[in-house]
Amino acid sequence: MRLLPAIAIAAILVILPYFFPSAYYYRIGALVFIFALAVVGLNLLMGFAGQVSLGHAGFLGIGAYSVVIGPVYFGLPSWLSLFAGAALSGVIAFLVGRPILRLKGHYLAVATLGFGLLVAIVLTNEAGWTGGPDGLSVPRLTLFGWQVRGSNAWYWITGATLVAGFVLALNLMSSPTGRALQAIHDSEIAALVLGVDVARKKLTVFTISAVYASVAGSYLALFNGHVTPDVAGFLRSIELVAMVVLGGMGSIVGSLVGAAVLVVLPQALTIFHEYEQAMLGLIVMVFMIFLRRGIVPSLAAAFAGWRK
Amino acid sequence: MAELLQFISSGLTVGAIYALVALGFTLIYKASDIINFAQGEFVMLGGMTTVFMALAGVPLPFAALIAVVATTAVGLALHRFAVEPARGASPVALIMITIGASIFLRGVAQIVFDRRFHSLPPLFAAEPIQFGGAAILPQSLVVLGSATVIVVLLWLFIDRTLLGKAVLATAANRLAARLIGIDTRRIVDFSFAVSAAIGAVAGILITPIALTSYDAGTLLALKGFAAAMLGGIGSAAGAVVGGLLIGMFEAFAAGYLSSNYKDAVAFLIILVVLIVIPQGLFGRAKIERV
Amino acid sequence: MMILQTDRLSISFGGVRAVDGVNIAVESGQVFSIIGPNGSGKTTLFNLMSGIYIPTDGGIRLAGETVTGVAPDQLSRRGLSRTFQNLQIFSRMSVLENVMVGRHRHERTGIMADLLHLPSVARQNEATREAARAALARVGLAEAADRPASSLAYGALKRLEIARALASEPKLLLLDEPAAGCNPVETQEIDRVIRSIVKDGITVVLVEHDMRLVMNISDRVHVLSSGRTLAEGTPEQVRSNAAVIEVYLGVHGSQEADRAFD
Repeated sequence: MRLLPAIAIAAILVILPYFFPSAYYYRIGALVFIFALAVVGLNLLMGFAGQVSLGHAGFLGIGAYSVVIGPVYFGLPSWLSLFAGAALSGVIAFLVGRPILRLKGHYLAVATLGFGLLVAIVLTNEAGWTGGPDGLSVPRLTLFGWQVRGSNAWYWITGATLVAGFVLALNLMSSPTGRALQAIHDSEIAALVLGVDVARKKLTVFTISAVYASVAGSYLALFNGHVTPDVAGFLRSIELVAMVVLGGMGSIVGSLVGAAVLVVLPQALTIFHEYEQAMLGLIVMVFMIFLRRGIVPSLAAAFAGWRK
Repeated sequence: MAELLQFISSGLTVGAIYALVALGFTLIYKASDIINFAQGEFVMLGGMTTVFMALAGVPLPFAALIAVVATTAVGLALHRFAVEPARGASPVALIMITIGASIFLRGVAQIVFDRRFHSLPPLFAAEPIQFGGAAILPQSLVVLGSATVIVVLLWLFIDRTLLGKAVLATAANRLAARLIGIDTRRIVDFSFAVSAAIGAVAGILITPIALTSYDAGTLLALKGFAAAMLGGIGSAAGAVVGGLLIGMFEAFAAGYLSSNYKDAVAFLIILVVLIVIPQGLFGRAKIERV
Repeated sequence: MMILQTDRLSISFGGVRAVDGVNIAVESGQVFSIIGPNGSGKTTLFNLMSGIYIPTDGGIRLAGETVTGVAPDQLSRRGLSRTFQNLQIFSRMSVLENVMVGRHRHERTGIMADLLHLPSVARQNEATREAARAALARVGLAEAADRPASSLAYGALKRLEIARALASEPKLLLLDEPAAGCNPVETQEIDRVIRSIVKDGITVVLVEHDMRLVMNISDRVHVLSSGRTLAEGTPEQVRSNAAVIEVYLGVHGSQEADRAFD
């Protein structure tokens, strides 16, 4: 059934806290869910539709800073700023995507890279708005008069949003638009000839993936209470792509796995904090060389082979 | 007028480094169709290794030599252990591998070296030369001179030696090159090695002016890549022209507009070039045949 | 009624004139074949007719309307569909899903409905699935519907592409070497499929190397050589045309010709 992965994830989400030895694990969970949300969107773009974005953290950054700038400079409530940020990301994705999605392969990769870097530079330099390289502190989210604090609450909020994100993605994949996107991935020319407006579909999925990233970014900022331009940086963008690749390109469930691995690993390596970058680089290399399909599809294939 | 000269001189100097990085990209791209994002790390390794060798007591000239050799070895290892095993993968997968390698090298440099900025003594005097009201560092002249020498040597090599012709043949048509007996794997080895060496030399030359640190490579790679794209990826002349142009644009933007957005210039150029003339100034447009 | 016409259609790549002043007129309901030696510009002509290339000279008219320079997806909306010589199968999808994509221009749900999986989407999916199954049945691939497309044999893949193109309900179907690489049994299948397509009123334009298929099935044959029209006529007229024989077999090959064209 179409929504099975979403139901399974929801079940895991609900059961998992019973195994948490301390509140700290709620925090890890929330972080994993936040990144998984961004990764689901990116997976739709990369794994499903076959495009590439090496600058997706730019949208993460737009979402993150919108929940600071909205309340601090415009007096908007945080939740409204989140929506505004998502809308802004969507508009920017639409405007930027139109010209650059005409590109393919490494040209597209570099164009998206350039975009992400420009966002990071603007965020670093417009200190009047963004607080510069040191960033700003983020006002807490208030819902219905109640201030949201504590990893516990965030675990459920991010978890629920992730499940919703899963549902939308799974819906998309078994829809006419989803089939068109998959077709574009396998053969753009055949899709075109069958009447698919390829440019428009690419733009659609790019915009959707930007909105996913923006919401994730907003959550990240609200959860952490602080935001710096790094959130939109090159390393972040590569981390997101690594999560997609690790979990499995095109596997929605894999998005959660990839996010889990790359969020938990640095936490597990806290004493070796300086090894983080080297590890990330190594993981990306090893997976792209040997396990390009990613964890979930490889496991699925091994399982299918074993069953025979 | 003095200001203009100043910008031109600093623009050309940093542009020469971008040109060398772009040349490294182009060489590898021509031989193997791969965009090597770790190119910037070669520059960083050249500078940082020399610094730390010197700090360990090795005389400067030997330190530089060791740095170049070590970086060349890293370049070869990159090809043999990271790129070669993935031959046949999609262009994006290969870019990801080189990005992974770049991050890996950066991470290792962070551990093996340190996170601070470092400098090297300039080759000649440190006193700026007064020229028409502008102060030009002697090291700038060293950089420009060396870059010219490297470009000329590379051109002579490609044009006059058999190995050079083999590189051209591999670039033109890999399969055909193999069919006439060229060991294309060795050619790609060679291109990685030479690119690494050129990068290392560039790093050693620029450190007296621009300092170096474990993460200096990323920005350099991106700007060098912008230069290669501007000139037309696959064109060596384009790489040089592109590098110098980007250096100049940056200097002028920093001088006349805002020094904060200096780095944005290269990325804006990447976007504009890709959208308007993807084949660059000297490249040829690709026609897709179905 | 002339369903497809080209007027002095030409295209140059760099200095090479791949197609040079070709005039073609296809009548509705016909089987129209384009033949010629390798490199004569047949596939380039197809790419021009299906909007993949834009001509440097001349024009194309579809059912009387000028469509020169119109993009392939727009042409699909006007009732043109095609298959590919080098097979452009959606290899990650199943056989049925491949053909379902062929229904795209008839599908009516928007992005919001798709994201929310509104009832209209479930209905649309069902309708698309039914139409796709019907198209598969017409080419004899109904039982293979749920298999991965990449698991089919070569001849079956050729039929899959035809089913996919049929699913879009074209008025005009361009088949690019449908029998290429097929054994005699598979070619017979292709022959049968084409005849059944024509019986439904769809005009078929064919690029083909298999002379037996061409001669058996065509109403008219157009011969290209070096991008230019060499001859046109009924199969009998073309087969006995001296210039055509010469370009395929050389001046001394005329005895071979009779045997080859049998």
